[in-house]
Amino acid sequence: MTRPLGPATRDGFGDALVDLGALNSTIVVVDGDVAESTRTKKFFDKFPERAWNTGIAESNLVGIGAGLAASGKIPVIASFACFLMCNAYDQIRMGIAFPGLNAKLVGSHGGISAGEDGPSQMAVEDVALACALGGFTVIVPADAASTRALTRAMIEHSGPVYMRTGRPEAPVIYDEEPVVELGKSITVRKGTDLTIIANGLMVAESLTAAEELEKDGVSVRVIDMHTVKPIDEEAIAQAARDTGGIVVAEEHFAHGGLGAAVAMIVAQSAPTKMAFVNVGDNYSTSGLPAQLFKAAGISAADVSKAARSLL
Amino acid sequence: MPDLIEIAKRIRTHIVEATTEAASGHPSSSLSAVEIGVVLFFGDVLSYNASEPKWEDRDRFILSKGHASPLLYALLAEAGYFAVSELMTLRKFGSPLEGHPNMRRLPGVEASTGSLGQGLSAGIGHALAARIDFKDFRVYVLVGDGEMQEGQVWEAMMFAGRHQIDNLTLIVDRNQYQQTGAVDEILGLDPLAEKIASFGWEVTEIDGHSIDDVSTAFDWARGLQKKPQAIIANTLKGKGVSFLEKEGNFHGKPIPKDKLPQALADIERGL
Repeated sequence: MTRPLGPATRDGFGDALVDLGALNSTIVVVDGDVAESTRTKKFFDKFPERAWNTGIAESNLVGIGAGLAASGKIPVIASFACFLMCNAYDQIRMGIAFPGLNAKLVGSHGGISAGEDGPSQMAVEDVALACALGGFTVIVPADAASTRALTRAMIEHSGPVYMRTGRPEAPVIYDEEPVVELGKSITVRKGTDLTIIANGLMVAESLTAAEELEKDGVSVRVIDMHTVKPIDEEAIAQAARDTGGIVVAEEHFAHGGLGAAVAMIVAQSAPTKMAFVNVGDNYSTSGLPAQLFKAAGISAADVSKAARSLL
Repeated sequence: MPDLIEIAKRIRTHIVEATTEAASGHPSSSLSAVEIGVVLFFGDVLSYNASEPKWEDRDRFILSKGHASPLLYALLAEAGYFAVSELMTLRKFGSPLEGHPNMRRLPGVEASTGSLGQGLSAGIGHALAARIDFKDFRVYVLVGDGEMQEGQVWEAMMFAGRHQIDNLTLIVDRNQYQQTGAVDEILGLDPLAEKIASFGWEVTEIDGHSIDDVSTAFDWARGLQKKPQAIIANTLKGKGVSFLEKEGNFHGKPIPKDKLPQALADIERGL
């Protein structure tokens, strides 16, 4: 079954942000001249007095956000995920992580689903980079509804957060906004033979794979691990004990992302067979997301194949 | 007003004693900016409350050249943020007086610095917070001249000029040297005043060791509207200690213990 497409996760973020802005005047936005892409534009339109386009200058973008946070504001710092995390990494480390400031980084165009713009615009290292920052919470939402809920949770959380959003329309996972808690995963499908742990667009791919496997009588649990750090250790350990094999699916390079985080918990708590579906170690190309997923080996069929390898 | 020349001597004494005790650190980079710091903290420039470091309406001072932490710590101690005796714990395990300023551990530090080029951006963030809250606090950021080789400083200057951030003053400690040599030889900044002015700033150039010059410059900065202000303070690296001044670029090392008496005598004499 293919899920209907809904708004992009970046739209879920932009919509929630403008709603939150009306409730909380300490929320401010700084954006590196990509407000139309990151979807902070609605906030800019509604609250121009507390939103700044810092121009095409990510280091200064993050530095200004750090200063706003140090003076008590809740800055939402937005750009493309790759430019935000890669161009301004030292500023994020020194200005936000090290002092532990209450700043929210939101990177759009996460993963290879950025598509036609090509690999220079795709963040495939952002989750690893964010997880490596001391004290950071790292979120990768699966669809627009959960992004809205997670955006609220991100603002309510006291401390530095990185959230990745995506460019394309996202398959609907949640018909209405789920109740979310940072660090607490959501089991979106029950199962007993195997577990697929995924985030971002890979939740939809994993559900499709689970439905395909069910036809062969394989009962697959699917977990939306929207928070990569801190990770839901309990759900992972439980899945390892209940179902044995675990597949981890993510739209990210193999190193340092969700797969690594889950493997660490499995190794500590309940060692079992694992398989990993990810972008590997090679940059993608231009193309449609579905074409790129297939080429990179992260389509639903690839998830299904990885699952079968564990049976 | 207190005797700022006497306070400057005390600050210099703290800088050399603490770094020699620590057996590491950057005394010469701290000594060049002593008058700037002393006028800010004790010359009726900064509004602050040492017993309430997070007072919302305080002026902010950001030491962007974080390696000059011995200067910042000496200023904070003399201002009453903590006991002067704590200065001798500089760089030691357990002390909040770390090698570079850590705002998480030491009240009075407005930004964690040590990776150069970042303080001005943070200062802009504070200044914007004042603007949207209709507060009248001001932000002062001290950078080194070598530090201005960092591109982020110029990104920040462009932004501050564009947004007419007039509650922001940048002080450039123009001591002419960076770790491995003369700034002008490695990656020169001149014409520095013209460059900064072209970004939409008001600029003045002063003798950074003249208390009168420094005081006048801060008065000038506070009187200006619609533009951020830059004070280029011409200074000497190692100012106040004869053999450091003579060496020109005594960078990133403490005064050896056997030379400490001479350094302290130089400071007391007031070079």
